Parts: sequence; C-alpha cells; structure tokens
Amino acid sequence: MSFLTTEGVARSELEKILYLADEFTEVLARPIRIVPALQGKLIANLFFENSTRTRLSFERAARALSADVMTFSAGSSSLSKGESLKDTALTIEAMGVDLMVVRHSSTGAPRRIDQWTSCLVVNAGDGAHQHPTQALLDAFTLRRHFGGIEGLRVAIVGDIRHSRVARSNLFALTALGAQVTLVAPRTLQPVEYQDWPAAVTESLDEELSRTDVVYLLRIQTERGGASVFPSLPEYVSRYGLTRERFARLPKESVVLHPGPMNRGVEIDDEIARHPRALILDQVANGVAVRMAILFRLLGAR
Amino acid sequence: MPMVMAAADIGRSLTRISHEIIEKSGDVLPVLVGIHTRGVPLARRIAGVIEEVQGVSVSVGALDIGLYRDDLAGRLTTELAGTRLPTDITDRTVVLVDDVLYTGRTVRAALDALSDFGRPAAVRLAVLADRGHRQLPIRPDHVGRNLPTSRTERVSVRLAEIDGTEDGVWVEGAEG
Repeated sequence: MSFLTTEGVARSELEKILYLADEFTEVLARPIRIVPALQGKLIANLFFENSTRTRLSFERAARALSADVMTFSAGSSSLSKGESLKDTALTIEAMGVDLMVVRHSSTGAPRRIDQWTSCLVVNAGDGAHQHPTQALLDAFTLRRHFGGIEGLRVAIVGDIRHSRVARSNLFALTALGAQVTLVAPRTLQPVEYQDWPAAVTESLDEELSRTDVVYLLRIQTERGGASVFPSLPEYVSRYGLTRERFARLPKESVVLHPGPMNRGVEIDDEIARHPRALILDQVANGVAVRMAILFRLLGAR
Repeated sequence: MPMVMAAADIGRSLTRISHEIIEKSGDVLPVLVGIHTRGVPLARRIAGVIEEVQGVSVSVGALDIGLYRDDLAGRLTTELAGTRLPTDITDRTVVLVDDVLYTGRTVRAALDALSDFGRPAAVRLAVLADRGHRQLPIRPDHVGRNLPTSRTERVSVRLAEIDGTEDGVWVEGAEG
C-alpha cells in the first residue's frame, strides 16, 4: 500500500508508524547507525519540485535501512526536454525500482504515478494538497515531547489555503485525538474547511492563551501566499509569533515550524532559537519517521 | 499434540543452564541478551537464578532481530519489539538466549545485530530446546533439551510472561 495522504488513515495505522519511529530513533542512536532491513531494495526519490530538507531526510532514511537510492531533482531532468510525467514514471519503474518518493508542484501527481506503475509511492508533498510524512514527523515530535497527542490543543497559523502541511497535519493530529484550530486571515482560509474537523478563526491573539502547540506555516511566495494580504509588516502585526505573543502562551506550550523559516515574518528570530521551539527536533525526528514509513511499506514485501 | 517439556522440566533446565553459565564465567558474569519474543523472559529467569546463587546483579538485555533477518521475503509483519541493551557489550561476554534453536538463521541475525552495538569478548548461546536441522554453522553452548524432530513438525513454546498460561513445550505434527 502506498502512502499518499493522512486523510482517512486509521488511528491504529498512524500509531503503528509512530511506534516504529521510536524503534528507529533507537537505531539512529547506536554506534553503527545503519541496519540491513531493506537491503536489496531500490528507492527512487523523484523531486519534480525543489526541496532540500525533505529530499535529504528521505535519502538518509533509505540509506540507514541499507536500501539503494536514486535521486532525481527538477532542473537536472528530462522534464525540461518535454517528457511527460507518465513516461518519466514508467522509465524509472523499468529500472527495477521498488518504491518511489514523489514531490510535485501539482496536486495528485503522486497518486497518478501510483496508478500508472506497480511501484509503491510515498507522497513527499504535492501542490497544496498533502505532505503526509511531514504530518507524521510533527505528530511524532509532539508525542515525544508531551508523551501523547490525545487532547492537545493545536493552533495551525498562517497560509492555510496554500498549505499541504496544514491539511496533512489537520487530519493526522485529529485522528490521533488532538483538537486543531486553523488561524488565518480570511483571504488565506481554505475554501473547503466547512467539511474539516477543525475550528477556524481569524484571531491569533484570542487563541494564544488556550493552545498547547503553535504550528507556524511559512508564507509561501511561490504559491501566491504573499499577494493576498497588503504587506508583510501587516501580516507580522496580526499573525507573526513575536516575543510579546510568545509570552502570552501557556508555560508548557511549544512551537513547531515545518521550515524553511522566514525569520522575522511568521516567527521572531529569538523565538526560533527558544528551547520550546522544537523546530530542529522536527528535522531530527523526520529521519526516524521516514525510516518507519519506508520499513512499513517495504519491510514485509 | 504431545507435551515434551512441562513447567517443572523447563524450570530444572533453566536452573542447570544458570549453573553452567556461572561455572563457565570467571569473576565477571556475562551480559544475558534475550532474543525476542520468548528469549527475553528466559534470559530474565536465568538472570534471576544466577543472582540468587551468586548474590550479585546480572545485566539483561533484549534483542529484536526484525531488522536483520535474511528471509525478509517470507516475513509478513513489520512489527518490532525493540532492542534494549543495558550496558556496553564491548569486551564483555554475551550469552544470547532463545527458546528454540532450529535453522540457526535467527542466531546469525542476532550476531549481526550485536556487532552493531560493539565488539563482545565472546558470544555464547543458550537455548531451551534444540530441534536440529541447522542450515548454518552455529551450535549452542547451553541446551535445555535436545528435541529430535522432523522438518514438518512444529515446536511451540509457551511461557507465563508472554502467553499468560502455564509454561510448556509441545511438538505438533505437520497436520496439527
């Protein structure tokens, strides 16, 4: 079974992956940080849209499981020669690939590749749709920090409309028992949220005192995120996590950010370095969580 | 399905193995490492006997070899029980503990796993039952009971800690 979305995934399956990630965290703390679990498996990382942390994180995860890895990045590919997505996918499948990790700027591209090929597919981010491994590493980070996710109050703040991270986290965290509130100016609220299991508000200031987790999204200029509010200073004044706002959060609360950060926009530079900002924990946990997902998909084959 | 070892037999075997381990050890007792699943409670029981006899505490660990198996294709599960070693095993003697020794592939995987944690001075093997049919050059140092079996038979072990029932070892026929 491919891993394309967090929407509709059962809580028990999410918990299995988080449990496996605990085991791989232990593996990554060993003197020799590699296990032969996926020896002989071939994984292709297909990054049609640029990425640094996600691509490196998947590479690290695959290598720590002893899988062979091929990586292709947009720009260096035959896409610039006009090859279709389908032909590219079939060509790479013909090389004997067991699993493809796909990032694409278009919603649904990983699912199409899953339909065209007999490879397993992991969605590493598609358009403004889903980024399920990010959501699981966020859930894992919160579970390790708080001991559990049930009952946590999570405010996801920023450009909800253009954010695959927000969508993936909403469904994963809700399935795991958290209460999610989406905080955004009306122009950045999603159009379909009426069907979502979340509260929606325009006011970050009203949420501050009653939240355990502030999840800040990046303002995505490449997806039109900067054009829908008048100016960055105005955004910061209403939605930036400034020192003043941070001081009004409960003492046990934490801050997450999927990166890359716009320091001084969605997050104050000093807050980004605060011990209650778990941003580098998220990155570190990403490797173990992706190992868990790759092992879950390929380990029993 | 005939029972070949009852709870009392298992208890006596583990007591004898514990004394063998003490006898073979010098001043420093070995680290006992149980292989999941049923090797773990067996290692704890052996440690309990040694502690009672010697009056010192014994390090007990648990090894999950799920990431090291060479027969992955036949494995239907991606569950892991977790590896926990209580101490650095480098330059220590390690006694691996498992319930049934059969092809030797589990032990090979366990040796691979151990070597990722350090370089033990020596590794020995203790099993509750040896049913033969080795496919690798591996032999046990401490054996509870030798069980001549055919390949079509199944050896099943139940232990109170895991199965919640009384201890026992059974040999089941191919049809059973």
